[in-house]
Amino acid sequence: MNIDLVKRIVLPLLVLIVIIQVWSGIAHTVEDFPTPSDTYVAAFGGINEFDDEVVGVLSDPFYIENVDDKGIFWQIMESLKRVFGGFALALIIGVPLGLLIGMSKNAQYAFDPFIQIFKPVSPLAWLPLLLFIFQDINLTAISTIFITSIWPIIINTALGVKSVSEDYMNVAKVLQFTPMEKVVQIILPVAIPFIFTGMRLSLAIAWLVIVAAEMLTGGIGIGFWIWDEYNNLAYHNIIIGIIIVGLVGFLLDTIMGLIANYFDYTKKGRA
Amino acid sequence: MSEFLSLKNVEKRFPISGKDDYVAVTDVNLEIKKNEIISIIGHSGCGKSTLLNMIAGLDMQSEGSIELNGKKIRGPGPERAVVFQNHSLLPWLTSYQNIEMAVKKVMPELSSIELRARVEKYISMVNLEHAKDKAPGELSGGMKQRVGIARALSINPEVLLMDEPFGALDSLTRANLQEHLMRIQESVKNTVIIITHDIDEAVLLSDRVIMMTNGPDATIGEILEVNLERPRKRVELQHDPEYIRCREAILSFLYEKFAKEDE
Repeated sequence: MNIDLVKRIVLPLLVLIVIIQVWSGIAHTVEDFPTPSDTYVAAFGGINEFDDEVVGVLSDPFYIENVDDKGIFWQIMESLKRVFGGFALALIIGVPLGLLIGMSKNAQYAFDPFIQIFKPVSPLAWLPLLLFIFQDINLTAISTIFITSIWPIIINTALGVKSVSEDYMNVAKVLQFTPMEKVVQIILPVAIPFIFTGMRLSLAIAWLVIVAAEMLTGGIGIGFWIWDEYNNLAYHNIIIGIIIVGLVGFLLDTIMGLIANYFDYTKKGRA
Repeated sequence: MSEFLSLKNVEKRFPISGKDDYVAVTDVNLEIKKNEIISIIGHSGCGKSTLLNMIAGLDMQSEGSIELNGKKIRGPGPERAVVFQNHSLLPWLTSYQNIEMAVKKVMPELSSIELRARVEKYISMVNLEHAKDKAPGELSGGMKQRVGIARALSINPEVLLMDEPFGALDSLTRANLQEHLMRIQESVKNTVIIITHDIDEAVLLSDRVIMMTNGPDATIGEILEVNLERPRKRVELQHDPEYIRCREAILSFLYEKFAKEDE
């Protein structure tokens, strides 16, 4: 048996035991704080601490009671839709803008100050303004994610363009490539791994931001769901929400990483 | 033979902020005949690469003119193919695709069968049939440079410009590539300009060796005619009086007349 594989399974389990012990400790000290077993029951169903039979949040994630009361699967789908909506918009605008900034010194001088100033602003600071403009939860959330995602995409795309070696451009010059041929045949192949790094960063931040954004906008979505469970005094569901948000984020990052590697020529044994 | 490539009073200055311009090369006059193989040799900083870049059109001269077939050179073009020192192959394409990209661009009129035949021909010219589907990252330095040479030749240039083509290779690989180049040249008969700092390479490969003085204000110091029959054999040449004469002339130029002491 592979000793490394054993370590990879056993060591996290040891840490899990420590986490559950600490959690139980907190649950005993803080009044009404859900214990690990309460939380397990709340998630998968069973008999709770008041001897009531309950249906777990995860036992029926697909239920639809009404527009405002849907299973956790739909909450996550709603959040993902907003994340990918804003993310796609950021890609459509960010990649061409990044290419322009990377290729033209003038474009860089023109846009750089604004990127530097707006990049450190928490996207949530924009949210009230966007809510005022759109008067619509979905559009507000999507545009917040758009603002979140666009900076890493622009910056990494521009960086990718700038890392095109002078030698490759000389080859293009000798062959008299048109500007379009330069972009398609030289610049994009070099820049694509950088663009995907930017996308991966963007998606990770977008997933962080959507939870907070939905807490503010309300309606539907995993962020609002967590906040709603706080208002319902269902603290165990907050913990379930945190774990689910974490798992979905991990899944998103893994998929994005695989896609990024697929398009990265340096990761195919061709350095 | 008629005037083919001519450089007249060529000078290159680089502006330095707050100071006088740096004059890299000045007063370069040179006539290169068709099918001639020329080496340009000199210490580092003598502006030999600058000179090559100006002929390639990648850099513009500040003064003077460079003409190919009576036409002024105004920019880079495929009739002046360049073999770069660091091969400059595109790492996301295979050897085959690197050459194909060049041929496709320069000869768009070729049918797909003709295109394929042409790419294959130049791959076999540098004996790389076995590596045609490999990416540059999977090839040795010498093989990469051979792909670079094949790519440059595949677009049927009038002049082949080589910027220290074998400078980054070990001496055995370098010798091997020099053999490749001489063998190819026997059949293709191109006009070739090679930038080098290797004396043996210059004598072995060229019809004339252009020796550059040290920069700034570098210019042509001496021109040496190499009167050796082709095909040339590296080992036999070691005792050939003409070979020895040429070698000594370059040695004396580089290490006595224009020795560089600060290196």
